[in-house]
Amino acid sequence: MVVDGGPGSGGHGGAGGRGPGAGGDEHAVADAVAAAYDAEWGRLVAALIHFCGDWDLAEECAQESFAKALERWPRLGVPRNPGAWLTTTARNTALDRLRRAATESRKLRELAGDLRTAEVAGADAAAEGAAQAAEADGPAAAPGSGAAGSGATAAGAAGARAGGTGRGAGAAGPVDRAGPVDPFLDDRLELIYTCCHPALPLTAQVALTLRSLAGLSTAEIARAFLVPEATMAQRLVRAKNKIRNASIPFRVPPPHRLPERTAGVLAVLYLIFNEGYAATRGEALVRREPAEEAIRLARLVVDLLPQDAGGAGPRPRAEAEGLLALMLLHDARRAARTGSDGALVPLEEQDRGLWDRRRIDEGLGVLDRALRRRYPGPYQVQAAIAACHADAAEPQATDWPQIALLYAELARRAPSPVVELNRAVAVAMAEGPEAGLVLVDALAAEGALTGYRQLPATRADLLRRLGRGTEAAAAYREALSLGATEAERRYLKRRLRELTDET
Amino acid sequence: MKYLLLICEEAEPVQAAPEECDPEPWVAEMEGRGVRKFGSRVRPAENATTVRVRDGELLVTDGPFAETKEQMAGFDVIECADLDEAVEVAAKHPMARLGMVEVRPFWTE
Repeated sequence: MVVDGGPGSGGHGGAGGRGPGAGGDEHAVADAVAAAYDAEWGRLVAALIHFCGDWDLAEECAQESFAKALERWPRLGVPRNPGAWLTTTARNTALDRLRRAATESRKLRELAGDLRTAEVAGADAAAEGAAQAAEADGPAAAPGSGAAGSGATAAGAAGARAGGTGRGAGAAGPVDRAGPVDPFLDDRLELIYTCCHPALPLTAQVALTLRSLAGLSTAEIARAFLVPEATMAQRLVRAKNKIRNASIPFRVPPPHRLPERTAGVLAVLYLIFNEGYAATRGEALVRREPAEEAIRLARLVVDLLPQDAGGAGPRPRAEAEGLLALMLLHDARRAARTGSDGALVPLEEQDRGLWDRRRIDEGLGVLDRALRRRYPGPYQVQAAIAACHADAAEPQATDWPQIALLYAELARRAPSPVVELNRAVAVAMAEGPEAGLVLVDALAAEGALTGYRQLPATRADLLRRLGRGTEAAAAYREALSLGATEAERRYLKRRLRELTDET
Repeated sequence: MKYLLLICEEAEPVQAAPEECDPEPWVAEMEGRGVRKFGSRVRPAENATTVRVRDGELLVTDGPFAETKEQMAGFDVIECADLDEAVEVAAKHPMARLGMVEVRPFWTE
C-alpha cells in the first residue's frame, strides 16, 4: 500500500471518523485520511464552492468524500494523490446531488402542471457551457457517479444555483468559467478573501474561516471561542445566508482593493491567534488549536499571495509575512509562558531553554524577508519587537531602548492606548520604573484605558519595583477585580501575597 | 443582481460645497454604464407620513416610522454583478463622503 499522506503525516487521530478494519493497515489508512483532511480540506471546499457556488453543498460533499475515503481506502489502497481522489469524488457527489435536485424540481413542476417550458429552456441554454465544462473533464472511472441524467440537466441545476446566488453574471460562478474546471486548481485564496469579506460581521469571518478553510467542526470552533454550539452554528448559517442573498462574490479582490482587504484577512487571522490562545490553552478537548490554525493559514496566505500582489505592490505580502513572523515568534514562547501551577510567567522570569528555537529561527527568517521588501507596517513592527525578545539569551541582554523605539514607531503607525501602555513598559525597562510610571499615570489620567486590567497590573509592577508596596498592592487588587484570566489571576495573587507578607 | 441604495444623511450634515453634493455626475455615469435603473431624492422626514392598518382600522401618523438621527435623503435601484460591484458604485456616490449609503439586495428566489 502506498501511503503518501503529504505533509504532517497524521498526528491527529480520526478526522471525522474511524478507519474500518483492514488488518494492520487500519491505522495507516486512518492516519492517511487524517493527514489528507489537514492538508486538503480547505482546497477541497474552495474548489467545490468555485464549482457549484453553494457553500453548504460544498461542505457536505467535502465531508462525504472523506467518509468515502475512510470506507474505500482500506480496500483500494491510499491513492498516490489523495487530494485529486478526494476532489474527484467530492465533485461527482456534487454533480449527483445537483442532478437529483434538478430531477426533483422537474417532477414538482410537472405535478404542479406548470411547466414553463420557455424559462426552463432558457436556463438550460445559459448553463450549457458549464455542463460541457463539468462533463468534459469528469474522470473516466468516476467513483459513485451514477452516470444517469443528462449533463445539461445537472448543469442546469448548477446554473440555477449560481443564478440563485446571484453569481450568474460576471461573478466567478461555474457559468462564466471558460474551459474545463481544473480539479486541482487552488481556490483557497478566493475562499479566504470571501470568508473575511468586510460585509460579514467579524465574528462570522472568524468562524467561517475556521470552518470552511481550516476544517474545524462547529463544535470545535464553539469550544475554542467559549460560545454554545448552537450560537456558533447560527453564526455560520447567517454568514452563508448573507453571502448568498447579498451576492458576496467568491474571488480575490482587484489590485486596488488588495491592500485593505489583505489587512482585513490578516486581522481575522491575528484575532484567531490571540483569542484562540486565551481560550484553549490546556484545553485537551480541542483537537486542533485555533492558534496553530492561524499560523497555518498565515503561511497559506504568504504562499498564495502573488509575488507582485496583483500589481498592488509588495505591501500586502510584507505585512502577511510580518504577521506570520509575529505569530511564530510569539508562539515559540508558548511552553515557557505558563508555570507548572498554571500561572502566567512574565517574560523576564521565563525559562528561555523552553523557547522553541526552531520556531524562533523560522520567525526571524520570515521577518527578515518581510523587512527586505521595504514596506514596513504594524505587524512587521510588532514582529521586530518579538524578535528583540527572542534574540536575548537572558532577560538582562534584552535591547529595551530598541523595543521602546519600536513601540513609538508602532504608536505612530497604529495609534492606540494599549500600544502606549506597552511603550511605557519598555521605557521603564530602558530608563527605570520611574520614567515608565510617569507614562502610565499619564495614560490613566487620559481615561482611555479605564477598566482595562493591564493598566493597573502594569502600574502595580512598576510601583513594586519602586518599593511602593502599599500602592502596588492596591493596584494588584484593582487588576484582580477587572476579570483577569485564570493564569493572570494566579500571577497577580502571587505578587499580592509577596507584598502583603512583606508588609 | 438588483440592489437598493438608501442614500442617508448624517444627523449633523457635513459642510460641503454645492458641487460636492451634486449627484448628477454620478447619475450620468451609472446610467451610462447601465448600472442605475431608477432613483430619486426624497423630501426630508418632516414631510413623511406613516401608515398602519390594525384590526381593519387605518392609522395615519406624521413622521417617519423610525425616529433615527440619520435620515434617508434618496434612493437608487442599481443592477450589479455582485456586492463588490455594488459597493464600488455606492462608494462613488457623493453622499458616501457626506453621509452614508446602505446597500440592500433585492429579495429574489
